[in-house]
Amino acid sequence: MLARRFSAVELAHETLRFAEAQNGVTNAYLHFSPERALSAAARVDRKIARGEEPGALAGVPVAVKDVILTKGTRTTCGSKLLAEYVPPYDATAILRLEEAGGVILGKTNCDEFAMGSSNETSAFGPVRNPLAPDRVPGGSSGGSAAAVAQGTAVVALGSDTGGSIRQPASFCGVVGVTPTYGRVSRYGLTAFASSLDHIGPLARTVRDAAALLQVIAGRDPLDATSAEVPVPDYTQSMDGNVQSLKLGLPREYLKDLTSETGDLFAAGVETLRTLGCEVREISLPATDYAIACYYIIATAEASSNLARYDGVRYTSRSDNSGTLAEMYRNTRGEGFGAECKRRIMLGTYVLSAGYYDAYYLKAQKVRSLIARDFARAFAEVDAIVAPVSPFPAFRLGEKLDDPLAMYLSDIYTITGSLAGIPCMSVPCGKTAEGLPAGMQILAAHFNEPTMFRLADAFERCSAGFSM
Amino acid sequence: MIITEKEVRYVAELANLKLSEQEVRKFQADLDEILGHVKRLNEIDTDGIEPMAQVLYAAGEVDSWRADRSAPPLGTETALANAPQAGAGYFKVPKVIER
Repeated sequence: MLARRFSAVELAHETLRFAEAQNGVTNAYLHFSPERALSAAARVDRKIARGEEPGALAGVPVAVKDVILTKGTRTTCGSKLLAEYVPPYDATAILRLEEAGGVILGKTNCDEFAMGSSNETSAFGPVRNPLAPDRVPGGSSGGSAAAVAQGTAVVALGSDTGGSIRQPASFCGVVGVTPTYGRVSRYGLTAFASSLDHIGPLARTVRDAAALLQVIAGRDPLDATSAEVPVPDYTQSMDGNVQSLKLGLPREYLKDLTSETGDLFAAGVETLRTLGCEVREISLPATDYAIACYYIIATAEASSNLARYDGVRYTSRSDNSGTLAEMYRNTRGEGFGAECKRRIMLGTYVLSAGYYDAYYLKAQKVRSLIARDFARAFAEVDAIVAPVSPFPAFRLGEKLDDPLAMYLSDIYTITGSLAGIPCMSVPCGKTAEGLPAGMQILAAHFNEPTMFRLADAFERCSAGFSM
Repeated sequence: MIITEKEVRYVAELANLKLSEQEVRKFQADLDEILGHVKRLNEIDTDGIEPMAQVLYAAGEVDSWRADRSAPPLGTETALANAPQAGAGYFKVPKVIER
């Protein structure tokens, strides 16, 4: 593009055309934003024509999960309640990526209000895994992962509360990054569980993911939880040198793996050893309690955050209601899907009078123990490696009727979310059926550089057989 | 049984959710199973452990403060644009007080 063989506008046109044509296969996009894309691309072209620096993401086609607000472009959160909602402002991450020249093609499908691990709870139909259309892409950022895997976007933004970036990335064979809590502003991210929500990138390569994070990371006065910590240059850390890096292999993460996933992970660890890493077994003893802890904290926060969808300000409203109270109840009863209702119910129950101490307070204490496990581990090792999911992408419908089984499948990703540490998924080979697996890399707070260094070295070494 | 259908109905009231009878039965079973799993938290000793409400990092006490400057608000028209029913610059809801 800089050599002017093609323009950003031409690229945007072509990618939009391709993405629209391919969308029937995956249902990855909920809607496209051609006007916004073309005007962003035209800005890039003007800058190039004037000889100005066009930005780190100049002309790069980006897909954005439909829980991140885009001014003037519908943002549905995968919910019937917000089917017609057009936000009056942009999320900070959106503004930053467009300032860097990124071109937003459209908004991607996801589980309703990001609640799900398979993208099947979307009110607008499930997403199909582009590598195996009878299977789920993972969730909740399933549309973003599928778009990147399918090549209908070069990079994408997702959101992660308990694994919603890493798990779909692993199911679709792409890279997914959950940055340190507070690394990226959540201004304009629809709140699910505020103490756990993150925005993060999905991409085909570690470098692309790091480049997108570089652009969106940093303090934002509009999000009080965004951290006043300088953002290092991530490209500098990716020098391929991981000699003598100390890696921890948590014993608790190896017991529930299916045999094939276990073999792929073991082979990945072997690769890291050949690269010169020193791998040692470690213990994170509170792991067994993570799912219980997470599903109390996340649903409690969700029950509060989702109270705002009441038929008054931005949602659709139930027609057949006499009184205000009926209007609230009917709107929410008719508007939310089963998974959101289940979580609102669970969250309301654990916060209700008489249960608060037994559930919510207890879970917050267990969360401290989980965070403490990691802090202790990072005193000994530079990074932790683990599987992302116990199994590869499952079939559509396979787990939808068994909520507990679905929740339990988040076991390896939830701990990092609770501790607020940076973690990511890198492709780690494929099963005999061609289903991708992911290697998870976790590092200490704000130690994205070490995480990227390791992920990049691993990717260089395994690119031959994983893609 | 940890949670009864009666409690499910009560929680639905608290959450402002209208549930069908079928949903009440389904959520009773689902919540009961999930709460059964959650019970394992009682096995772990948390005496003297501080609850973790937020992810904390080492920072100055006022680092996350921002300058207290005024900025233009959305404006009434924009704020009302997504309302299912609006009029005269307000959100409209069903009548609360009977004349």
